[in-house]
Amino acid sequence: MELSGAEIVIQCLKDEGVEYIFGYPGGAVLHIYDALFRQEDVKHILVRHEQGATHAADGYARATGLPGVVLVTSGPGATNAVTGIATAYMDSIPMVVLSGQVPLPVIGSDAFQECDTVGITRPCVKHNFLVKDVHKLAETIKKAFYIATTGRPGPVVVDIPKDITDPKIKIPYEYPRSVTLRSYHPSVKGHRWQIKKAVELLLSAKRPMVYSGGGVVLGNAASELTRLVDLLGFPITNTLMGLGAYPATAQHFVGMLGMHGTYEANMAMHDCDVLLAVGARFDDRVTGKIAEFCPYAKIVHIDVDPASISKTVRVDVPIVGEVASVLSDICDMIQGGERRPDPDALAAWWDRISHWQKVDCLRFDRSGTVIKPQYVVEQLYEATRGEAFITSDVGQHQMWAAQFYKFDKPRRWINSGGLGTMGFGMPAAIGVKLAHPDADVCCVTGEASIQMCIQELATALQYRTPIKIVNLNNGYMGMVRQWQEFSYESRYSHSYLETIPDFVKLAEAYGHVGMRIEKSADVRPALEEALKLKDRTVFMDFLTDPTENVYPMIESGKAHNDMRLAPGMSDERELA
Amino acid sequence: MRHIISILIENEAGALSRVAGLFSARGYNIESLTVAPTQDPSLSRMTLVTSGSDEIIEQITKQLNKLIDVVKLIDISESSHIERELMMVKVRAVNGAREEIKRLTDIFRGKIIDVTPGTFVIEITGEKSKVDAFLGSLTEESIIEVVRSGTSGILRGDRGLTL
Repeated sequence: MELSGAEIVIQCLKDEGVEYIFGYPGGAVLHIYDALFRQEDVKHILVRHEQGATHAADGYARATGLPGVVLVTSGPGATNAVTGIATAYMDSIPMVVLSGQVPLPVIGSDAFQECDTVGITRPCVKHNFLVKDVHKLAETIKKAFYIATTGRPGPVVVDIPKDITDPKIKIPYEYPRSVTLRSYHPSVKGHRWQIKKAVELLLSAKRPMVYSGGGVVLGNAASELTRLVDLLGFPITNTLMGLGAYPATAQHFVGMLGMHGTYEANMAMHDCDVLLAVGARFDDRVTGKIAEFCPYAKIVHIDVDPASISKTVRVDVPIVGEVASVLSDICDMIQGGERRPDPDALAAWWDRISHWQKVDCLRFDRSGTVIKPQYVVEQLYEATRGEAFITSDVGQHQMWAAQFYKFDKPRRWINSGGLGTMGFGMPAAIGVKLAHPDADVCCVTGEASIQMCIQELATALQYRTPIKIVNLNNGYMGMVRQWQEFSYESRYSHSYLETIPDFVKLAEAYGHVGMRIEKSADVRPALEEALKLKDRTVFMDFLTDPTENVYPMIESGKAHNDMRLAPGMSDERELA
Repeated sequence: MRHIISILIENEAGALSRVAGLFSARGYNIESLTVAPTQDPSLSRMTLVTSGSDEIIEQITKQLNKLIDVVKLIDISESSHIERELMMVKVRAVNGAREEIKRLTDIFRGKIIDVTPGTFVIEITGEKSKVDAFLGSLTEESIIEVVRSGTSGILRGDRGLTL
């Protein structure tokens, strides 16, 4: 088969089994867009801004486990994509970004729409390539998919100069069935000796704790994790990125940990004597003050990326390997032996945890007619029977969604945890809806975040991706306002959005349904009504209490056992 | 502590900037960095001298290993090794100073590789400390310019950094 470079790009995507590509055309990719036009297998989703393309591809990837694919032009096309690439990089999301580049002979001459895409994206990609020979194009794209999806996943950029895609130059095409790189060997199996040490430590624990993160979701290891936790009867907490990896409604779950984690999860972290960290990276929002992190614990850490191990916290038993296989090996080894955890110690430990649970740290005021944002998320959970895919933006609403929507399955909770990218939620929801057209897909957002990628409402109409936008509108950049209240004596420096668009009219202008909800009693009926509109995107603008804060909170630089609870709430010592 | 990390890296455009970018992005020190192709033209050998606590050095080697272009690396300062640096220094050499500088160069087993009526260019090879010492033995006014290669290193004995 003889193909041009442009046709090779598209044929590679077909051979890779790519269903959707998210993109925006421009000069340097016109040959590729022409090849795209002359086929129907790869479906193109035209976004309204390249940032939206990367977030939509990212949402698709998170919801399916498949790589998200993006096509952008050179210069501003590529730079606009950078925020989304960095977002995917921080959360280890498999993504392949094809960017156009000016023709090879003019690279370096400050040509129109030229930028050094490989240079600009280098610090926020797993790897990137500049294709300099059309004969290497197919192999490079194959390598990009291989690197993006194996080991610790991540985004890979392939920068393609326009002359490489010249329709007049045809060359023989063959898509490589596999590629090997002598410099890249993503490790698979955990070391048996290390696993043995981990098992001994776990079985000797008196106050054990399991702390699992996004790596369990990415590594499709939720069932192995559940098997281990149920086998041992240990308490488990999930990070923001790990929610859904262990069912939130299961008995061993003690909630999310970290800055806005539950009181019981953080207290149990502080007091545990053995910590099993699985696919988590000891992020600063999780650890709090490093010097006082799990002061009594021996730590086992399972991760596919050796560089994640002992990066911020020194661990005692490191295990490098894919989490699913390591967790299975651990379960098998435990089940193959006689020994079980000390039941008396475990009962006493659970007893202590139940005291912490009695604090009921997520309690909020249910009186009054003003809408409490927590109530909206709680009602959303009930109205969708916990089955929806929830995307979010970044800020208070993100934390409330994480705290109050009980995720029982992995890949249902889709948010920008690492980079914290406002504007992520709505385009991500479009990507999720394309992957799961029959599921309820809701974007929990705020009036500040949603405006950062609001233009994608047009994309949602064009491709008939009926998503439900749950806008918790408190008039402020809520999380900024909260920090200003706590740390800057309520000097609300530029966190109040004085002019907010009429979101109902805005939604209607984009061809969607808009709703404004102002009273607590109207929350549930509005959600029910919106969810019934199966084929429409609905923008629900909930006017919520502007003074509400996210509790509990470990303020920056404090330890797990030094939490700030909601006003009027007493910790366990006072309860006792 | 000072560490010498030897790296085999794909001889491709941009490979050097991935290493340099990693160090600046993560705030690691680079004391020196040398790079040139090996007998296999598809591979470059890099010698990187850095310093930091054991934890930082561990992270540096892990992060370097994570770069797709890095094929293999070894911290040679952990084993018996040889390190060398090449320096060329141009000095003012007039009248009686010419003889003095010639003698000093001999003591350091250096070579005078260029001579004009008023200057010498001296080549010195050795460990960094020796090169430093030679430079320290010259008066500041006599030095016109200094060019140093940065340290290159190799393991002693049978072991080596090979594929």
